[in-house]
Amino acid sequence: MTTPEVTPAAGMNWRRASMAGVVALPIIALLAFGLTRDPGEIKSPLPGKMAPDFALEVFAPGEPGQERAVGDTIRLSELRGQVVVLNFWASWCLECRREHQALTEVAADYATRGVKFYGVLYNDSPSAGKRWIDEMGGQSYPSVNDARTRTAIDYGLYGAPETFFIAKDGRVAYKHIGAVTDRLLMQKLDSLLAAPAGTP
Amino acid sequence: MRILAALAVAVVARSATAQDTAVRPVTGADSALERRTREVASELRCPVCQGLSIADSPSDLALEMKGLVREQLAAGKSPEEIRAYFIGKYGEWVLLEPKAEGLNLLVYLLPVALVIGGGLFVVRYVRANSAERET
Repeated sequence: MTTPEVTPAAGMNWRRASMAGVVALPIIALLAFGLTRDPGEIKSPLPGKMAPDFALEVFAPGEPGQERAVGDTIRLSELRGQVVVLNFWASWCLECRREHQALTEVAADYATRGVKFYGVLYNDSPSAGKRWIDEMGGQSYPSVNDARTRTAIDYGLYGAPETFFIAKDGRVAYKHIGAVTDRLLMQKLDSLLAAPAGTP
Repeated sequence: MRILAALAVAVVARSATAQDTAVRPVTGADSALERRTREVASELRCPVCQGLSIADSPSDLALEMKGLVREQLAAGKSPEEIRAYFIGKYGEWVLLEPKAEGLNLLVYLLPVALVIGGGLFVVRYVRANSAERET
């Protein structure tokens, strides 16, 4: 039995092919990894950190049970010990329409369990915000006006809607970008209510 | 009629300019602050735009962020402290140029390595071909 002879040219071709593979494979792997990632999804550094404090004025009072007088100032620091949900919204935001019913219903359900919901009007006027609430059939929880967008910047906002879940100890437990669902709201709130203070 | 209207606009514009100047004259310190604001703002990414800095974006959020940079500089904060503030809110993503450390080094080193590697490959390929032709 004879072994086939490997000519120098064939050996050279194999070497070239394997060299090209060594160079190309990591690049292909890197590009393939890139395809599995959503460029719009940027990790927020806020979860786990203390939620930035704010003092914002109520422009939409909400409904009995959660009502706050128009003109009242809401300070996050005064809500320590309670689970707080902050929902940044605007009347021009289409996704906000999609999540509105879930927010308003879950807020009403969880109000008796001590959860505070606040809408934060982002990059919009209170008059447009009020019109929107009327058009949507009401909002069970109060909304405050972030007139200079400074609270939005403090929370590292990319757009609306964005929802922040703040634990009893004042830390940001979770940030959701885009429309929330009732299922997601209930799941996050149940776990926050079950957790003792200090474990976001 | 048109001439009258134009005259009226010119008079109003002139008086408005005079009033603005009388209220707050532009000083050298103002222009230095503006220059420093622009320098810091041009390094920060606008969160609601595609690849624009907050210095270049006309969006409301970017304008407000630029105002915040201006306020913080006027309050005596250093550019490094201001960058740290925005990184604390938005993460390193907010920097248009990532810091040259850790995995970020790949962004800076990989293109250089590829150019050098590619150059060496081309040189070797050309030499090998010309050697083959000579034999």
